[in-house]
Amino acid sequence: MAKRAAPEVNAGSMADIAFLLLIFFLVTTTMEKDSGINRKLPPIQEDDQEDVIIKQKNIFTVLINGKDQMLVEDELMQIKDLRAAAIEFLDNGGDGSCNYCKGSKNPRSSDNPDKAIISLKNERETSYATYISVQNELVGAYNDLRNKRAQEQFGTSFIEMQKNYKDVKWIGNKTKLKERIDQIKLEYPQKLSEVQ
Amino acid sequence: MSKFKKKKSGDLPAVNTASLPDIVFMLLFFFMVATVMRDSSLMIENRLPNADQVEKLEQKNLVMYIYAGKPSKGYKAKYGTEARIQLNDKFAEVGEIGAFIAAERAERREEEIPFLTASLKVDKEANMGLIGDIKQELRKVNALKINYAAINGDISKN
Repeated sequence: MAKRAAPEVNAGSMADIAFLLLIFFLVTTTMEKDSGINRKLPPIQEDDQEDVIIKQKNIFTVLINGKDQMLVEDELMQIKDLRAAAIEFLDNGGDGSCNYCKGSKNPRSSDNPDKAIISLKNERETSYATYISVQNELVGAYNDLRNKRAQEQFGTSFIEMQKNYKDVKWIGNKTKLKERIDQIKLEYPQKLSEVQ
Repeated sequence: MSKFKKKKSGDLPAVNTASLPDIVFMLLFFFMVATVMRDSSLMIENRLPNADQVEKLEQKNLVMYIYAGKPSKGYKAKYGTEARIQLNDKFAEVGEIGAFIAAERAERREEEIPFLTASLKVDKEANMGLIGDIKQELRKVNALKINYAAINGDISKN
C-alpha cells in the first residue's frame, strides 16, 4: 500500500482567531501615560530641632481658603496673576548678591533666589483642583526662571535639557549636561514649603 | 503558436490573502506588548485636574497608586457621598495607608525602595483635608516622593 501523506491542516481560520485576539487587546489597551506634578514631602521633624529664623521679606505667603479664594502676601489675587507675582518675588535680588537676577532689586522683597521661600497654606475645605492650579503656577514660575537662565547661558531651555538627560537616544555629553542642570537648579532652587 | 497565446479572461485575479494572518499577528503582538492591564477597578469618581507643568512618570513598576474621590454611583448608598480613599480594590481609611506602603515595599527589591513614588490620583472635587491626611500618613512611613497625577492641559479648565 502506498504511503499516504499526512493531511494538511487547514489554516484558513487562523486569521479569524488572530483577529479575535487582536480585537480583545485593542479593547483592553489603555495607552495613557501617567503624568503629574512631582513633589517631595518634608520628613517628619525631630522635636529637638531649633527653629530657623527667616526674614519676613524672604517669605512669599500664598493662602487658599475654603472658598477657593487666594491671598498672596495678604492681598487677594487671581490665579492667572500668581505666576508673574512669584517670578517677581523670586527674581528680585534685593541684596545684590545675585548677579543673574533680572528683578527690580526692591529692598522690601526677597534677598536672592537662594533665600526666597514660597510658603503655601491651604484649608481643609480647599478644593483639590484649585490647589493643583496653584501648585502648577508656582512650579511654572520656577520653570520659567530656570528656562530663561538656561537659555541665556547654554542656549537651550531647562526643560529641554532635562528631557535630553532622560532620553537614552540623546547623543552628547551627559555628565556635562548633568552639571549644567545642577548649576541651574542651584541658581534657582525650588524652595516651596507647605504649612500643615 | 498556441504557446504564446494570451489568456483572454476578463475577470480580475483574486488578491492573495495568504499574508493576512501575518499582518494581523503583527498588529496583535504590538497591542499585546503595549497593553497595560488595569490592576484595580475604580469604585470612585476619578476626574483628574489639569496642569501644564506635568512630568511623565517613568518606570511604572515603581509607582504606588493611591486613589481618592467620591464613591461612584453604585457605592453611594453604602459608602456615602464624602470623598474616600481607595487602595487596590477596596475602600480604605486614612490609617491603612501605612500598611499599604509597607506591603508595596515588601514586593520590591530593596534597592528599588528609595525610588518608589506614590502617585496621588485624586478627583478634582475632593477637599484638601483628605489630601493633607494622606500626605501626613505618607510622611509617617517616610514615603516622601509623591506625584499629583494630572492631565496635561490648561489650568483654566479646572
